[in-house]
Amino acid sequence: MTWIWSNGDLIWDRTLDHLVLSVPPILLSFLLALPLGALANRYRASRGVILGSVGLLYAIPSLPLFIVLPVIVGTSARSPLNLIIALTLYGVALMVRVVADGLASVDRDVRQSAAGVGFSSWSEFWQVELPLAGPVLLAGLRVVAVSTVSLATVGAVIGVQSLGSLFTDGFQRGIQAEIIAGIVATVVLALVLDGVLVLLGRLLMPWTRKSSSRVLLPVVTPAAVTR
Amino acid sequence: MIEFRSVTKRFTQDAVAVNDFSLVLPSRKITVLVGSSGSGKTTLLRMINRMVDPTSGSIEIDGVDVATLEPVKLRRSIGYVMQNSGLLPHRKVVDNVATVPLLRGVPRKQARLDALELLDTVGLSRTLADRYPSQLSGGQQQRVGVARGLAVNPNILLMDEPFGAVDPIVRAELQQELLRLQQELDKTVVFVTHDIDEAFLLGDQVVILRTGGLVAQIGSPTEILANPVDEFVSSFVGADRGKRSLHLENHGGDDLVVDSEGRLAGVLSTGTKAGTRSGPGAAAQGGVRQ
Amino acid sequence: MNLFAQAVQWILDPLNYVGVNAIPLRVFEHLAFTLVTLVIASAIAIPIGFFIGHTGRGRGLAVSVAGAFRAIPTLGLLTLVALWIGIGLGAPFVALTILAIPPILAGAYTGFEAIDRRTVDAARAVGMSEGQIVRGVEVPLGLPLLIGGIRSAALQVVATATLAAYIADIGLGRYLFTGLKTRDHAEMLGGSILVILLALALEGIFATIQRFVVPRGVISSRSKVVRVRSSRARPMVNSAVEKGTQ
Repeated sequence: MTWIWSNGDLIWDRTLDHLVLSVPPILLSFLLALPLGALANRYRASRGVILGSVGLLYAIPSLPLFIVLPVIVGTSARSPLNLIIALTLYGVALMVRVVADGLASVDRDVRQSAAGVGFSSWSEFWQVELPLAGPVLLAGLRVVAVSTVSLATVGAVIGVQSLGSLFTDGFQRGIQAEIIAGIVATVVLALVLDGVLVLLGRLLMPWTRKSSSRVLLPVVTPAAVTR
Repeated sequence: MIEFRSVTKRFTQDAVAVNDFSLVLPSRKITVLVGSSGSGKTTLLRMINRMVDPTSGSIEIDGVDVATLEPVKLRRSIGYVMQNSGLLPHRKVVDNVATVPLLRGVPRKQARLDALELLDTVGLSRTLADRYPSQLSGGQQQRVGVARGLAVNPNILLMDEPFGAVDPIVRAELQQELLRLQQELDKTVVFVTHDIDEAFLLGDQVVILRTGGLVAQIGSPTEILANPVDEFVSSFVGADRGKRSLHLENHGGDDLVVDSEGRLAGVLSTGTKAGTRSGPGAAAQGGVRQ
Repeated sequence: MNLFAQAVQWILDPLNYVGVNAIPLRVFEHLAFTLVTLVIASAIAIPIGFFIGHTGRGRGLAVSVAGAFRAIPTLGLLTLVALWIGIGLGAPFVALTILAIPPILAGAYTGFEAIDRRTVDAARAVGMSEGQIVRGVEVPLGLPLLIGGIRSAALQVVATATLAAYIADIGLGRYLFTGLKTRDHAEMLGGSILVILLALALEGIFATIQRFVVPRGVISSRSKVVRVRSSRARPMVNSAVEKGTQ
């Protein structure tokens, strides 16, 4: 435990590295998944193609992707940008289906009555469908946040610094406390980001306030998303 | 004969579903429990086959307290038909009907043969036997549900709003079918519904329940319509208004039957001159039958 | 693209098909390791999941444990267990089994929970015993979601088994780490491609199984067959939607 007290600075630095790696993919995956998910929800053909592709994308193990991706996009394997792109891809893969399902879950009657009172299809999407799918999207984004934070640690084995560096370093030097500190810091960071998302959700969707009293991890989904 | 002896059921300390309920349900008759939601009618029904156990009091079938019987065995000896049929979606129609006989150890071949015969009994074509429930219409599914209920040739048939989820035309067909079946089979039927017209059509004995499992009135449809015991019953059966409150008006020598809102319900039959309009007239049979 | 050509050349190089580092051997290792882990994790998770799904007891606990596990970084768990148990196959085996349990558990109980309560109620009312309800109704109807859970676990195990080569001499991940260390891009990239192909193949196999186990009567009632990622997204969507309306 003494290791932790004497290395507070190191843990803090790696936490900052980790934030730089994981926050952009969370935001980007949400932004990119919106149009893709909406497209998947609109037409039968696009649904099959888009959801099929993201399904396959999601099946690709992270470490090989981190190695193959630089060859395709031309970044350096050790650059944080490489990791950010890869994590964004996973986030999109997860989020597109959530967006498609969330939009599909909006009651048909509500949509038709919105059209009936004169919403254009563009304003109907932004003012009716999206807000109503909001709780589902938030739940999905929370899963993305937690899995992204966890997944970012894998980059450490190819030399991208993050909280994962505490695992590789601790393993090579045989310091258990370092690894435990890394795990705890990763989980705490995930919880903090999750909490931020929940707060944002309450701010943006005040009508859900009563029901979403849970501040803990987004739960339920059978598939843990870490790898 | 089924007998309820001061049965009370509390789900929680405050929520009393049934309060000190006593009733005798005669054998080979249809007893209908009717009431709005929260009247405890389904709870009463489910206490007969021990899907629910009473908090106090007892239920006896032919003098045997059901609490002394093993629930699974008891349920296999009683037919049960529920709303939305409750069929197993992954088994074919014929296997759904044969479910309970197979559980009781009837050989597979025999059970399937019996099941096919039961499809005849409830008026379903044998060609439907190898379909899955989801491939049938709502009315057909409900008939399969009845066939399953009859599969072990039970003395007692429990029916929990069995026709609640089908459209009115199919419901009317199924009701007639049940009456026909009852003439043939002579079961002790306990039927739960919230539809008073259905209750009066089917019931030999009708039990009107109010919230909290309190009995408002017990009697034959005629007795209840003729002498509603209180305001609640008369408003529940609609005796004070609309299509049930009929009177005669004479127009040019003919006696016309007219309801309280002035709609023509029919003509009072005098020898050759007979006729009832469909629509409101047909629905008025609860009031003018017998 | 030149690098990819080198990687393909590496994959096809006859020299890589002999000795302790032969590709078929490594593929077999990777697969066998994944399979054994899944079997043990299933043996633990499925009975517990069925119990939770049938009785509804312990659900809250299972849900929070599964949620918490998602936040735990796999690399952290792997290295920590390796320090405890020591270098060798034991550590990755324990770590991977632990990681595979939550998705299978969740698949087992959500499969039961997704069944229409009235169907189970009717089965009980006609006189099925609890065991008969589990075997005859809940298991067959819940199977697609259970397979979905195993499928998620398989994806995770295949991926993490690659990472496990960091702490033990096991599977295809070995090529990646050797390549990284010696800066042999062909080996690194070739190994990565093999892992990706293996993962996609497994994904395909499980997708087929999952489609296959949907009971026939159920297919015709749903326009959408329980599919691919649905095990992941749908329960979450459902629960979120339910929450919104309650």
